[in-house]
Amino acid sequence: MPDGQSLDITITVNGEARTVVVDTRTTLLDALRDRLHLSGTKKGCGLGQCGACTVLLDGRRIVSCLTFAVMAEGKAVTTIEGLAQDGSLHPLQAAFVEHDAFQCGYCTPGQIMSAAGLLSEGRNGTDDEIRDLMSGNICRCGAYTNILAAIRDVLPRESGR
Amino acid sequence: MSETRIQDRGEAETLRDVPHHKLAAAADKAIRGGVARPVAHDSAARHVTGAAVYVDDIPELPGTLHLHVATSSRAHARVAAIDLAPVRAAPGVVAVLSAGDIPGENDCSPVFHDDPVFAEGEVQYAGQSLFAVAAVTREAARAAAALARIEYEDLPALLTVDDALAADADLLPPHEMRLGDPEAAIAAAPRRLAGTIRVGGQDHFYLEGQIAYAVPGEGEDVLVHSSTQHPSEVQHTVAKVLGVADHAVTVEVRRMGGGFGGKESQPALFAAIAALAAKKTGRPAKLRVDRDDDMVMTGKRHDFRIDWEVGFDGSGRIAGAVFRQAARCGYSADLSGGIADRAMFHADNAYDLRAARIHSRRLKTHTVSNTAFRGFGGPQGMIATERVLDAVAFALGRDPLDVRRANFYPPGGGAVTPYHQEVTDSVVSEMVEELERSSGYRARRQAVRAFNAGSPILKKGISLTPVKFGISFTATHLNQAGALVHVYKDGSVHLNHGGTEMGQGLFVKVAQVVAEVFQIDLDRVKITATTTAKVPNTSATAASSGSDLNGMAAKAAAEAIRGRLVAFAAAKYRLPEDRIVFLPNRVRIGNEEMSFPDLVQEAYLNQVSLSSTGFYATPGIHYDRETASGKPFFYYAYGAAVSEVAIDTLTGENRVLRVDILHDVGRSLNPAIDLGQIEGGFIQGLGWLTTEELWWDEAGRLRTHAPSTYKIPTANDRPDDMRIAIWSKGENRAETVFRSKAVGEPPLMLALSAFSAIVDAVAAAADYRAFPDLDAPATPERVLAAVEDARRRAGFA
Ligand code: FES
Ligand code: FES
Repeated sequence: MPDGQSLDITITVNGEARTVVVDTRTTLLDALRDRLHLSGTKKGCGLGQCGACTVLLDGRRIVSCLTFAVMAEGKAVTTIEGLAQDGSLHPLQAAFVEHDAFQCGYCTPGQIMSAAGLLSEGRNGTDDEIRDLMSGNICRCGAYTNILAAIRDVLPRESGR
Repeated sequence: MSETRIQDRGEAETLRDVPHHKLAAAADKAIRGGVARPVAHDSAARHVTGAAVYVDDIPELPGTLHLHVATSSRAHARVAAIDLAPVRAAPGVVAVLSAGDIPGENDCSPVFHDDPVFAEGEVQYAGQSLFAVAAVTREAARAAAALARIEYEDLPALLTVDDALAADADLLPPHEMRLGDPEAAIAAAPRRLAGTIRVGGQDHFYLEGQIAYAVPGEGEDVLVHSSTQHPSEVQHTVAKVLGVADHAVTVEVRRMGGGFGGKESQPALFAAIAALAAKKTGRPAKLRVDRDDDMVMTGKRHDFRIDWEVGFDGSGRIAGAVFRQAARCGYSADLSGGIADRAMFHADNAYDLRAARIHSRRLKTHTVSNTAFRGFGGPQGMIATERVLDAVAFALGRDPLDVRRANFYPPGGGAVTPYHQEVTDSVVSEMVEELERSSGYRARRQAVRAFNAGSPILKKGISLTPVKFGISFTATHLNQAGALVHVYKDGSVHLNHGGTEMGQGLFVKVAQVVAEVFQIDLDRVKITATTTAKVPNTSATAASSGSDLNGMAAKAAAEAIRGRLVAFAAAKYRLPEDRIVFLPNRVRIGNEEMSFPDLVQEAYLNQVSLSSTGFYATPGIHYDRETASGKPFFYYAYGAAVSEVAIDTLTGENRVLRVDILHDVGRSLNPAIDLGQIEGGFIQGLGWLTTEELWWDEAGRLRTHAPSTYKIPTANDRPDDMRIAIWSKGENRAETVFRSKAVGEPPLMLALSAFSAIVDAVAAAADYRAFPDLDAPATPERVLAAVEDARRRAGFA
């Protein structure tokens, strides 16, 4: 943007320190997609209302379209590209394949990152709670049954209540 | 034998025998990924790792420009003055494009030449494209566009169906279908009823918004990556706008992040603007439409008003019915003719109306031009039918299921639709019987009644509704498809066809068909991006026809190559052709077996062509508009659903508690994909009928242009208990690809069961003493109003 202020920031992205020049108003989503060429994170609405752009910031899930890149300075961002380790899929990714938990796939990175957030935030829960926690991620193809089944497979069961 | 060996320009005529590959033991079993297997989506691994490439993910070429389209803020106005000088002077701006910059025709309509790329002189809806800005960044383009000085002189605007009816504003001529003498039948019937139902539109909200990326080529050439269900039409539109031949334009799409009909005619505008900018500036140009702009600028499902009359006997058997359908088309024709036709074609749903008149008006309003949306008018036609059946049952005090059953098309044929096609394949009675049993409908209906008797605030409702959906494009010539198959020397296969992938699993299904023909494992078949350069003159991937048409075309291409291989082997080994048999990953030739790649290599060395196109046209369908009769559909797809709902009579909130679905997909090509389509279709239909409300203000501006105000079903809105089954007896009586049936659209209409169940619950709130007057979508406000209205009419204090 012409009148914004440019800054050099360093973000640890998927375990690697990355320096990018951003405008103060550049969203984390645009920084990831346009500057770092990590196009796995999707833009569905740009309004914080669909969840397609979900990534983890220091292990907590956020919508990257409503987060300024500068807010991630010095923090650790995990995107869908950083989930698989040593060439093998993260259990959530494997479960999504196993359960056919997508159709067009456009919401999938956000769904998986949102579920990864549930894991790293130490959530477990009943099916109802998972549904509630996942309700910020729209799947217009309506693959919810399989998405929830995939997450259910990986998330620890709630230990009694 | 090595790859280079056969490419070698060795000495003349020194070909040695091909050493055959050892046949793997596993090859004895069936191939991996043939038809009827629940194979995962071909992009599964890429989807979960973020590696699947959508148009916006294609690495941008250096110098890529970004576009923003400026739109009208008025519903109907004369553009008195427009000053773009400040836009041109803004930082970062490289080009500003308006009507005068178009070398060809200023039109991106599919048929009627009534959708200007850039409006000239007059604007006809708030959101209509006026000009575009190409700049170095998207933000610069958007900021610059806001600097335009535009003076409007407002003109009177028609915004609703009722406005248009009052003004007699027909956009396209009315159409009527007539069977027998319905007026006389209704007059003579023991009982008569009449009513009106209004049903709202729906925004597609494909999660990937509209986008086009144009790359200029040599001379007049341009390559456009477009998120489109209809590459051939985008190609043609771009050529028309640029004033070049179709052959100068290539349109390519690997996948879309959802389409649902919203990427059939709508992408043409964006592709044309991107291509125009690319040719004008000589730089690649990308137009990625912001979500709000997308929702404001692009067409939606048509909203309808339907007035109905019905005559029936004491058992609920219908003697005759009249439906007057009025569709809000918006400012231009787009695909409205076909959509309004399909609404008429589905005014009978699964019922033999015996005598019927279906009248349709296609109305002009100063709102966005409505367009295709999964079901293409069919759902709107059916909702009125189901309302009639509910109303008849209520009037007679009978279980609506009994009344529905009394009116189903008979299984043995004999009955005709209002457009005079005989229904010969009706399986609806049998399916409904099975679903009634498996869902425990009768007992649950009792339980619902018992619950309601003891529950003053919460009320439950239950309903079973059927779906009969006609398969084929009703514009007969569109029922054609092409495919291109190459077999390479190593026996691997390249597959291309005119269908597009939007998540519906078309690509994997067609690949399964090709794997089946060659009897090779699915991973030997490479699925490739749809491109107008490989398969020309394709129809949109729409009307649920994707697998039917492209599957058959690909099958024809693969069979042509297989036929050549058979002829070659028969001649070479001096055997009759029937002694050449394709077995899993190998071929039996007489008493010997050879791997598929080895046979391919031998054929290559013997100069056999290993590439073929394939073509398919659906046989025997036609429709005569003059007489409003014919056989527009190749076959029908059937389904049925039971929904049980609860409403809160204090707030109007509602929830689907359980849904049981039985759906007919013929012999499924891929049960996993088909189940996903059934469930996704139901949920999308449920959104349309319950939560998704489009709202325009008095000035004609869409106010629900983001998910914050436009409520799309989330994981929380999915019914708690969904029991979906593919009908095990399903088989297509028509000769379709491996006897499968189309599955894209029909399941959406299963959600009508939820709407009818809500009507049942509202009736319960008035102690079943007044029939509810509920329009769709059944938002809490509408449910609450319907409860109060029904109670008032029932004489509640
Ligand atoms: S793109 Fe960020 S929430 Fe939709
Ligand atoms: S798979 Fe298409 S939006 Fe979820």
